[in-house]
Amino acid sequence: MAHDTQHEPHANVDHTAMGITHEHPTWSTYWKVAVVLTLITAVEVWIYYIPSFVASRAFVPSLLIMSAVKFATVVMFYMHLRYDHKLFRALFTAPLIIAIITIVGLLFLFGYFSHRTGALL
Amino acid sequence: MATTATAPAYAPTESYVGESGIWSWLTTVDHKRIGTLYLFTSLFFFLVGGVEAGMIRAQLAGPNKDLFSADLYNQLFTMHGTTMIFLGVMPLSAAFFNYLIPLQIGARDVAFPRLNAFSYWVFLLGGIFMNFSWIIGAAPNGGWFGYAPLTTMQYSAGLNIDFWVIGLQILGVSSLAAAFNFITTVINMRAPGMNLMRMPMFTWNAFIVQFLLVLAFPVITIALVFLQFDRFFGTNFYTMAAGADPLLWQHLFWIFGHPEVYILILPAFGLVSEIIPTFSRKPIFGYPVMVYATMLIAFLGFGVWAHHMFAVGMGPIGDTVFGVTTMLIAIPTGVKIFNWIFTMWGGSLRFTTAMKFAIGLVALFTIGGISGVMHASPPADLQQTDTYFVVAHFHYVLFGGSMMGIFGGIYYYYPKMTGRLLSEKLGSWHFWLMFIGMNLTFFPMHFSGLMGMPRRIYTYDAGQGWELFNKLSTYGTGILAVGLLIFVWNFFRSYSTGEIAGIVPWGAPTLEWSIPSPPPEYNFARIPKVTSRLPLWDLTAPRLTREVPHTEAGDKRLDVDVASKHTATGHPNPTANAPRQGVEAGMHIERATGRTARELGIPMPNPTIKPLICALGMTIMFTGLLFIHVNRMPLALATMIGGALLMTLSLYAWVLTPLEDAH
Amino acid sequence: MAHASALTGDHSHSAHDDAHGHPPTSTGLDNKKIAIWAFIGSECMLFASLISTYLIYKGRSVVGPYPHDACLPPQCSTPLKAILNIPITSASTFVLLMSSLAMVLALAAVELKDQPMPSGWWSRRLRSSKLWLWMTALLGITFLGFQAFEFTSFVHEGLTIRTNLFGSSFFTLTGFHGAHVTAGVLWLLTLLAIDYRRGLGPKDAINVDLAALYWHFVDVVWIAIFTLVYLIK
Ligand code: HEM
Ligand SMILES: [Cu+2]
Repeated sequence: MAHDTQHEPHANVDHTAMGITHEHPTWSTYWKVAVVLTLITAVEVWIYYIPSFVASRAFVPSLLIMSAVKFATVVMFYMHLRYDHKLFRALFTAPLIIAIITIVGLLFLFGYFSHRTGALL
Repeated sequence: MATTATAPAYAPTESYVGESGIWSWLTTVDHKRIGTLYLFTSLFFFLVGGVEAGMIRAQLAGPNKDLFSADLYNQLFTMHGTTMIFLGVMPLSAAFFNYLIPLQIGARDVAFPRLNAFSYWVFLLGGIFMNFSWIIGAAPNGGWFGYAPLTTMQYSAGLNIDFWVIGLQILGVSSLAAAFNFITTVINMRAPGMNLMRMPMFTWNAFIVQFLLVLAFPVITIALVFLQFDRFFGTNFYTMAAGADPLLWQHLFWIFGHPEVYILILPAFGLVSEIIPTFSRKPIFGYPVMVYATMLIAFLGFGVWAHHMFAVGMGPIGDTVFGVTTMLIAIPTGVKIFNWIFTMWGGSLRFTTAMKFAIGLVALFTIGGISGVMHASPPADLQQTDTYFVVAHFHYVLFGGSMMGIFGGIYYYYPKMTGRLLSEKLGSWHFWLMFIGMNLTFFPMHFSGLMGMPRRIYTYDAGQGWELFNKLSTYGTGILAVGLLIFVWNFFRSYSTGEIAGIVPWGAPTLEWSIPSPPPEYNFARIPKVTSRLPLWDLTAPRLTREVPHTEAGDKRLDVDVASKHTATGHPNPTANAPRQGVEAGMHIERATGRTARELGIPMPNPTIKPLICALGMTIMFTGLLFIHVNRMPLALATMIGGALLMTLSLYAWVLTPLEDAH
Repeated sequence: MAHASALTGDHSHSAHDDAHGHPPTSTGLDNKKIAIWAFIGSECMLFASLISTYLIYKGRSVVGPYPHDACLPPQCSTPLKAILNIPITSASTFVLLMSSLAMVLALAAVELKDQPMPSGWWSRRLRSSKLWLWMTALLGITFLGFQAFEFTSFVHEGLTIRTNLFGSSFFTLTGFHGAHVTAGVLWLLTLLAIDYRRGLGPKDAINVDLAALYWHFVDVVWIAIFTLVYLIK
């Protein structure tokens, strides 16, 4: 547990103190992020319309990976967790992990995976 | 600055008394007053739950008794469980969170004082709402875990379950709002030098419980939303005919339910972790291990829920995983038990009432933990589940654990809250009656349970070997009740006639005892600077804290400059050459000055009625749902819209008013 | 400081300590920001429960309409086509993503209010907090419009919240998300009202940041919903 690292010295004032860091990304980062998000979304929708790909085993994993990348991009750049105090990262990631484990556990218990792939059980 | 360790003669009149009219209570945002409100309200509900328990035991005293109908019996045990958990133990813990967290970390209030008031009012209104069902004769009757589809309209058409669903939603808002508040308070309001690893164990436990609340409550919220939608809007979440899965509710409920049991026990663990070191005059054994064990319990607590569902047949993988995780969780729990025992080992023990209750927790919780591990094994659990054996288990952990800890906490902190001690003599009676009564009530349930007596039956036939055990249980309940009455008497009488406590009645090491009792509204006239985990023992008994890590000379973390000849406030430090760290950092015991925050120039939040109005609006909004089921659609809509408006408007008014006067 | 606390009104002091004022916070961070992150963590579990339920019930409805498959007799007396409208939802997903872009620009504009105004036309637009707050709110409202359209067309095609398990879990999940967007829009409009009344400046950045974090979170939830509900068959 990083009990000591949580204490930033008090020297930092104003913006940093309020959790807004100075090395904040700017317009050029923001629009690039938006373009990346749009492109990934376009690819997601595009592969949805390729029947052979939809039928393949790669379909679901690639969708999951793409949406995870989008998720992480928004969280890191737009919610500026990448630049912010690591306390915030902890406050978000720990619940997120518990939430994901819970979803996976529930789906497993309800036979979601065995229904669909027949392989996991 | 006073650096002397000798407590000044205590003069209650000198301490800050503040306004005392009813309006001052309705508008208070002071965490201590809110804590007091929580304490009184939840003790009241605890007594109500106790009366319900007494009625249940009266019915079961012998075979084929018919004091109550089966239906009324269902309402009794449902309301008993719901009341004890959501209106008794949880808010009793919240009373201590409120009162103690700011004091223990050296803060003047919580991070969001008005949100804190809001949490209390929502809790109070939710409790009233839930119990209002008695008045119209439709108390909840689906068990404290309200299994759907039993609780859907098809099987429970009355208003009973509506009260339960809506009541729990209201109470959930209270717990969540409080949890965000306390998380922020602990992270951000600590006094200089109060590193996380210097926080008192109670605050640590409380802190971790807030995360459990924040992560567990949304799940039951959603489970209840589904039930609400099914009941009010005809959705199909729990409709088997539409293909719904009867296990959905069970899983969602227990994903909440198991963390919930840690929400119920960890605050009590925190209290005894304060009591035992004080009365052993030793720092707690293995402090960091205690902290990590608590975190581990909380984390694992999210991975064991389905041990409540072994009987539904989850298959070998599910059963094994949940059996194993449940057994694993007993390890950090056992670590805590051993740490308390090692803390007492070789200490100079003082058997005050608080200490007796603390030791009672260690002993009785261990028994409950052992039966817990027993039903962690799926084959064993198939025999035990839904019998009185499980009832014995959770009463050992909840009564023997949570309630013993909370009573210990009340004896220990009563002098902090009132300036007076509870009578030790009555306390001793209270403890022993409760200890004997509790064991007499719940130990026999192990036997009746293993002999096959199911839980939640309103009566039973003679000749199954259950009579003796049930009779013993009912006698035990009588003894418990006497003990409880003695406590109530003690609680109210000592308020005016109790012995004056003095500033450090127990010789405890933590910050809350460095200020007058009851504390002035601003708590600390000067925010303390903390250089070790046991600041007061640094002052009064440095011998005891030699092993404890301290801020070293020259260590400038957090402004606590122990090497300086000046205290942080700029006064020459009279003891600059003395070796006592706490003193050098400006740590001291404050006398009661009787001066108000205004006189001292300390900005304090203004009292406000808005949180109460907001809570009222929310409760009215939820109440509107009830009218749907008595076919008063326009009335329902009017109530809901009116309540929502009241809530929103008062919320805006609250949020747009500054917390305190500009300064 | 009085400024900043005027919005949410709680202890928003951070690094400053005047002799008689508040002590600094222990981390130097703002209280409200810690609280909103804890809240967002909590919301993760809320949506986890909703999403799990949707997925658990996927394919278990005993009557149509179904999300990705047509429903033919005898299961459905009249044939029903697959109901999810991917083109429309792709458009609304794009709208919500762009609203996040507008939101970060609004925050940046508020933070830079004190700085001298740059010269270029676009650079000046970038510094208008009102423009970007409006943009975010309008994109949010557009998203809600798409959702209203989707819901009504589903109802026309015979899918209501009571029809089957898919209807119950779909409308509840996306409805909860829509309710969050609605709350976010109200929050943004409130900020706009303050901006018009007295102008939002760097001191208010923290309050805009809170709204922004919430807004982006609602966006990432949609990212997950779009994939799990709409795209995966
Ligand atoms: C060593 C730690 C513990 C273990 C291994 C454990 C295990 C279990 C198991 C397996 C059950 C399910 C029994 C059944 O229904 O068949 C159970 C029930 C229960 N436990 Fe525990 N438990 C532990 C600690 C606690 C604590 C600390 C509390 C509360 C303070 C608690 C409260 C309950 C309650 C209320 C139930 C019954 C729920 C109901 O059916 O109404 N347990 N426990
Ligand atoms: Cu459990």
